[in-house]
Amino acid sequence: MLYPTESSSSPDDPSEPYQPSDRAKSRKAGSSSPGAASVSIAVTGSGGSGVMTVGQMLLSAAAHAGYQGLMTRSLGPQIRGGEAAALVRLATTEVTCPGDGVDILIAFDWTSTERFASEIALTKKSVVLRDPTLGEPPAMIADSGAAVLDLPFADLIKPIDGGRPNMVGLGALAGMIGLSREEVMRVLQRALKRKGPEALKASGAGIEAGFAESESLPATFRLNAAPDAGSRWNISGNEAIGLGALRGGIRFVAAYPITPATEILEWLAPNLEHLGGELVQAEDELASINMAIGGSFAGVPSMTATSGPGLALMTEAIGLSVASETPVVIANVQRGGPSTGIPTKSEQSDLNIALYGLHGDAPHIVTATNSVRDCLITAQWSVYLAEALQTPAIVLTDQLLGQTRAVVDETPALPLVTQREVAPDNVQNYLRYAVTESGVSPMAIPGTPGGEYVADGLEHTPKGRPSSQAEDHTAQLEKRQRKLDNFDYGDLWADIEGDGDTAIVTWGSCTGPAREARARALAEGKDVRIVSIRLISPVRDEQFNKAMAGVKRLLVVEQSHSKQFYKYLRSHYDLPEDVHVYNRPGPLPIRPADVYDQLVKWS
Amino acid sequence: MSASEAAVLAPRDYKSDYKPIWCPGCGDYSVLSSITKALSVLGVARENAAVISGIGCSSRIPAYTSVYGFHGVHGRALALATGVKIARPDLTVVTTGGDGDGFSIGGNHFLHACRRNVDITYVVMDNQVYGMTKGQASPTTASEWEGSKLTPHGTGVSPFQPMAVALAAGANFIARGYSGDPNGVSKLIVEAIQHPGFSFVQVLSQCVTYRPEQRDWRSLVRPASKEPTSNLARAGRRILDDDGFSTGVFYIGNRPAYLPPTETDKTMADIEQRFAI
Repeated sequence: MLYPTESSSSPDDPSEPYQPSDRAKSRKAGSSSPGAASVSIAVTGSGGSGVMTVGQMLLSAAAHAGYQGLMTRSLGPQIRGGEAAALVRLATTEVTCPGDGVDILIAFDWTSTERFASEIALTKKSVVLRDPTLGEPPAMIADSGAAVLDLPFADLIKPIDGGRPNMVGLGALAGMIGLSREEVMRVLQRALKRKGPEALKASGAGIEAGFAESESLPATFRLNAAPDAGSRWNISGNEAIGLGALRGGIRFVAAYPITPATEILEWLAPNLEHLGGELVQAEDELASINMAIGGSFAGVPSMTATSGPGLALMTEAIGLSVASETPVVIANVQRGGPSTGIPTKSEQSDLNIALYGLHGDAPHIVTATNSVRDCLITAQWSVYLAEALQTPAIVLTDQLLGQTRAVVDETPALPLVTQREVAPDNVQNYLRYAVTESGVSPMAIPGTPGGEYVADGLEHTPKGRPSSQAEDHTAQLEKRQRKLDNFDYGDLWADIEGDGDTAIVTWGSCTGPAREARARALAEGKDVRIVSIRLISPVRDEQFNKAMAGVKRLLVVEQSHSKQFYKYLRSHYDLPEDVHVYNRPGPLPIRPADVYDQLVKWS
Repeated sequence: MSASEAAVLAPRDYKSDYKPIWCPGCGDYSVLSSITKALSVLGVARENAAVISGIGCSSRIPAYTSVYGFHGVHGRALALATGVKIARPDLTVVTTGGDGDGFSIGGNHFLHACRRNVDITYVVMDNQVYGMTKGQASPTTASEWEGSKLTPHGTGVSPFQPMAVALAAGANFIARGYSGDPNGVSKLIVEAIQHPGFSFVQVLSQCVTYRPEQRDWRSLVRPASKEPTSNLARAGRRILDDDGFSTGVFYIGNRPAYLPPTETDKTMADIEQRFAI
């Protein structure tokens, strides 16, 4: 897998500020010298100014032109209106995380822009486009040394009946990065199909005006020609969780709306229906998880989706799933915590509750998605594991992955057939919780004559009768642990890339920046090993040791304040002596440069 | 199993050989019999019935039956049962439990189960006390009851009105029975199972251990003086005017049972195609 490196994404020396007088020079040079491999764009404005539309249409047009990319959205806490930022990164090859900084910022007003000061890292080589009537830029822009250029949005839309500044911005951006008018117009036509010919005409004229204006804007951000791209998808992490779950066989979902997991449910509701399944909006998360367990008991692979506060409410019933050996999948889209925390921003701080939140000795599956595309893979695999092992599987994803829309290579389903071991009709002397060698006992599905049993959260005998006897407790505890320990999880337990005696061990959305930092190190002739753990629990210590053979130095990268992942690694694995931890809480994402700097600092 | 085969099953065939943990004289014994008798009367095949419960004395019932069952966590029986029934509309789902499980820790689920109107039958054995934890006040306990060390001066809290709440929240069938009349309760359960949507049956089921005075219920209960109604206002008045000891069906609603549409009209490939660029 190739990642754009810092050097190739910045054709100019980063120490040299962009000079408007260079404009002609760089445009001329642009025709012969290589362009950018990646460009990061921010569009800021008040809610309703259409910044998200610009971002989505730009991503779509770039996708049609063969580029890859992603878009994250950042919003103020207001329900409607407020401030909004679309953060788009476009590249010639796959990118799995936002870039280090912003190359082009279009600001529709300063107040909204300032709210995103910490998320929009501008440098001397950045370009800020604004309407001249906005006046002097705020300190966040002035201090960065970025070039502030005029783009007279208001004047340009004056002659257009129903014209909007955001379409001018879209045209200007598309022109600057080298997309063709046809590509943008095609996307526009699709987007405005229902709004009628007048809206289409007004928007088209705005885009045209922006394109014309881009002629006099710097050409330094023109993307290199896109390589021949295969079939690609435009999908968000939350949609990918939904699709992965359907591929795994989920046909019943019960859930309660919560930011930032709701899109999983909104995507699943109609699509489950198309497949003959159901989604129920429950009264709370206590009901959600119990309904899902009920659906699974009845024989239908079942799931719920939530975020930290909801997961906290579900923990008692997840223990019921463990004890009663009823498979269920819980997708947890992490956000800033504790308590209500920062609902709209990402953090990797639900690791502890996912691993240790259940009371009693309650072995279960915890998996983690490490890119938007991987949400497909990990969700499907988690359903497979939950069903095969008759246990709950908590899938940890996060706001950054969930609410990022990405252009990714079409990803086929894993060649795994989800299968629950079930009891046959007219089974004799059926023991639901028979103590087997594998630890998995055939489960009777209601409707199976002879299989009648009572699923129970009370400790039980092999038949399922309540028991407080020591031997029953020990036998059942061991069986439930054994089935998880002895299962062959194959290679999916982690993504392992690279070589060398320095390793980055990470998980979840920190994997993207780690991969890109590795690509930069590789470009300088140094390889780094990356181990991104997908199967967090049960621990694969033997496989981990093998993956880490020869590693002398370990960099742990995670997005939590209390180093939850590092402490998990410490308590379960043998680590090299030389360990550095790079951790930071949300809401700011960990950037490729942050990880790269850690590697450089070390050498 | 075909209907004719199922019909030969006697009430005892729906009981397991597992001995209940209940105290001698507990009303729940007879409610268990009422449930198994109802299943026998309806000729439900054992494998097609599911009895779902939470935690408490009466929530032990699933293990004493020979059908499918789930003994879940405290207060969530209705949520479990909702999942079972929506995932498998072909099953006969009976939810059982007590007043603490259903109206206190599970109170929110009770409201929403009434609203949602999934085709399940909820039998609550109301003894106005927490028996399993040895005698604390429950939501239906009279405010002045001083029998618990936890609330030595009484609860000082108005008792919960299960039938009035059920009616206001949208239950589609509301009835009250008395455990001392197992045949009467069995008939109510048969009717409740047959009626579409969410059916609520409150059964006064005495706890002779912590509320020995409930032995007097026998002399207090009486059949309701009026026929059931499908008029909400009339049902409300009757329920609110009642002293809590009239038995019979109070309300028969005609809302259709909740069932999401489930027609399969697409393949996975159709769904995936939506993401293609």
